[in-house]
Amino acid sequence: MTSKISRRAFLKGSITAVGSVAATTSVARAAKSITKGKNEPLVTLLDISKCIGCEECVFACQEANAAKYPEPEKPFPKMYPPRVPVEDWSDKRDVTDRLTPYNWLFIQRASAIVNGEEIELTIPRRCMHCDNPPCVKLCPWGALKQEENGLSRIDSNICLGGSKCRKACPWKVPQRQTGVGLYLDLLPALAGNGAMYKCDRCYNKLEKGEVPACIEVCPEDVQTIGPRKEILKKAHALAKDMNGYIYGEHENGGTNTIYVSPIPFEQLNERIEKGKGKPHLNKVKNMMADGTNLAKAMIVAPIAGLAAAFGKFYLSSKEDKS
Amino acid sequence: MNSQAKIRKYIYSITVFFIALSGFAQMPVFKRYYIADIPGLSWLAQFYVTHIMHYIAAIVLITFVIYVLFDFIFKGRGLNTITRIGYFKIVILAGLVITGSLMVVKNLPSIYFNHNVIIVLDLVHLGFCMILLGAGLYSLIMKKKWVS
Ligand code: SF4
Ligand code: SF4
Repeated sequence: MTSKISRRAFLKGSITAVGSVAATTSVARAAKSITKGKNEPLVTLLDISKCIGCEECVFACQEANAAKYPEPEKPFPKMYPPRVPVEDWSDKRDVTDRLTPYNWLFIQRASAIVNGEEIELTIPRRCMHCDNPPCVKLCPWGALKQEENGLSRIDSNICLGGSKCRKACPWKVPQRQTGVGLYLDLLPALAGNGAMYKCDRCYNKLEKGEVPACIEVCPEDVQTIGPRKEILKKAHALAKDMNGYIYGEHENGGTNTIYVSPIPFEQLNERIEKGKGKPHLNKVKNMMADGTNLAKAMIVAPIAGLAAAFGKFYLSSKEDKS
Repeated sequence: MNSQAKIRKYIYSITVFFIALSGFAQMPVFKRYYIADIPGLSWLAQFYVTHIMHYIAAIVLITFVIYVLFDFIFKGRGLNTITRIGYFKIVILAGLVITGSLMVVKNLPSIYFNHNVIIVLDLVHLGFCMILLGAGLYSLIMKKKWVS
């Protein structure tokens, strides 16, 4: 903990000072484009080649969102049946090497060879804010919501902690804390298991026309936020410039988070540490596509029913006549 | 009961069974309570599978309900032949179809429903489902028919 704090203080004093001029102007630019993109989802672009893995964004995220973190009551009510897992992160709040209910953004590391030189790439990872987010759409209680600016977030006052959103998320992003939330007031022994937490793209800052904390603090200007069209154009120009690769544009049918990397994501995916709270960089098919296609078929259902009834009526009246 | 009515009853019962089962599976309960551990039932804990199943069952149910409704109209049987429990179940079914359809729309890409509307839809849909199952059970036990 101490080393983290001193490192952080050091970073605040040095790197941030160096990057502050650039950062303020780019943040101002970003804030402007947020208001510009009122009718279009906002997308963030992450230039992986710029990230130095300083974790400033991680700490800024924790600071900005501390008030939203769970404060569980202990001891936890006993849950039945015993297979129901207790997930408690409340004593491990300073874990920063994975996603937890107290850490919504972490830095993933991968070594790679770029221009014959071995370098370490660092990748800020968090919720991708999918175009059609299965976590939001499949929550049986409506505990999640997607805003028109493209962000999705969990209302931890409504969430019962069943973790369906995590199972539905292709990157398994949402993280559970037992012992908090609405389930405590219902039937804590028999239903629910806390609440889920994940990046909400600093929705409250965006509402005020400010940019998310991770973007604001980054000394290297790794992230840019703006209206989709504009950001996609930028991402492709950037990828072309560095002869690089894009991730997030088509994953899960499209997301509002676009990574640009100098090395292919398949390679990065092999080299990053994956597992619980540490999402992969695989290709992801559109998880909601089957549902969307069936929804179209559903429009035909009443017509088919009517046609069948009419057909039957027509045939029987013809029979009657003859 | 003539054979046509029997077939209708089977189609209706099977569809309602599967739509209710896949509907309840939208809540993460089948895994917790070991039901998905029963051989052959593991799909009940696979949310994308149950989601698709619920949609398919809804397509069957909507087609069937509209067919029966218009068949009734075309036959020219009077509204007074519908029993009280029949009317009750028709209203609840209509409620289920309407709330369900709205939820299908909500799940389409780039559709943003008001958050409170989503919560109300979820709860009302679940409530209607419980009422319909209750009314169905009552009709079964008391041998009540849809039409007299
Ligand atoms: S990445 Fe996962 S948690 Fe984030 S919006 Fe997509 S499905 Fe939801
Ligand atoms: S994104 Fe920026 S703030 Fe975050 S680790 Fe990379 S350089 Fe540091």
